[in-house]
Amino acid sequence: MSMLNLHNSLTTYLVLAAILFGMGIYGLITRRTLVGMLIASELILVASSINIMAFNRFTAPDPVIGQIFTLFIMAIAAAEAAIGLSITVAVYRNYKTVDTEEIVDLKG
Amino acid sequence: MNLMDTINSMLPSVLTADGLAGIADEAAGVVFLVICAITLIGGIIACNSERLVRAVAGLAVCFVGVAAIYFFLNSPFVAMMQILIYVGAVCITIAFAIMLAAPEDNKKHGPAGPLSGPLGLITAGLVTFGMIGLGLKTEFIAIPKINMGSVKLIGVQLLTTYSMVFELVSIVLLIAIIGSLVIARHGRSK
Repeated sequence: MSMLNLHNSLTTYLVLAAILFGMGIYGLITRRTLVGMLIASELILVASSINIMAFNRFTAPDPVIGQIFTLFIMAIAAAEAAIGLSITVAVYRNYKTVDTEEIVDLKG
Repeated sequence: MNLMDTINSMLPSVLTADGLAGIADEAAGVVFLVICAITLIGGIIACNSERLVRAVAGLAVCFVGVAAIYFFLNSPFVAMMQILIYVGAVCITIAFAIMLAAPEDNKKHGPAGPLSGPLGLITAGLVTFGMIGLGLKTEFIAIPKINMGSVKLIGVQLLTTYSMVFELVSIVLLIAIIGSLVIARHGRSK
C-alpha cells in the first residue's frame, strides 16, 4: 500500500488515535496544574472520537450511529470542560494556586 | 455524441475524468499526510509545552486537524461541529480559565521528583504501542453499508430513534451550565 493511499485504510486512523491517546496520557501524568491536566484529558476524548468515527466509516453498517455518538461525546466534553474550569477557578480562589501538589487539604 | 464526450475527447488524457480522479486521489493522499502531521504537532505542543497558553494554542491546532480527519471520514457535519464546539468553545473556555486562574507550569519538577517525566513517557509509550499493536493485528470485518450517513439521516435519527438521548444531553448541558455557575460563584461575595 502506498503512502498516498493511507487515508483509505482503517489502521491509519487507529494508529493516529492511539498516538493522540498516548499524548493525552503523557500530559495527564506529567502536568502539574489542573488546567494542563484538563487539556490532556481533551486530547484523550478526541482520540476516542477518532476511533469511533473510523470504525463508523469502515466497518459499521449504519454510518449515522457513530456520527451521533461522536456528537454526544462532544456535548459531554463541553460540559466536562465547563465544570472542570469552574472547579479550577473555585480552587484558585480558595488556595491561590492550581498546582496539584499543593492542593492537599481535605476540609469540608 | 453528447457534450461531455466531446469535451473529454478534446482534452489531453490527464484532464479527462479518469485522469482527474487519479490526480484527485493523489492530492487527497498528500493532504491527508499534511493533516496528520498538523494534528500530531498540535498534540505534541498541547501535552509538552512549558507555558499553558501555548498548550491551548496547540490544542486548537490539533482540533482543527482532527476536524479535517473527520472530513476524510465522510462526515462533514461532525467536522463542522468539531470546529464549532472544540475550537470555538472548549479552547476559548480553557483560555479564559488560564487568564482567570493564572496557573504557572514552569517549575520543572516538584515533590513528584524528576522521574515523573520519564515515567510518564514510558507509561504513555506502553499504552500507545499496545493500542497500535492491537489495531495492526486484528482483522476487522466490514459489513456492507445500509445508507450513506448523510446530514439529513443524522437529523432524522436524532429526532426519532435517539430523541430520548438528545433530550437527556440537553438536560445534562443545562445542569452543567447551572452547576458551573454555582461552583464558580461560590465565595465570590466575600
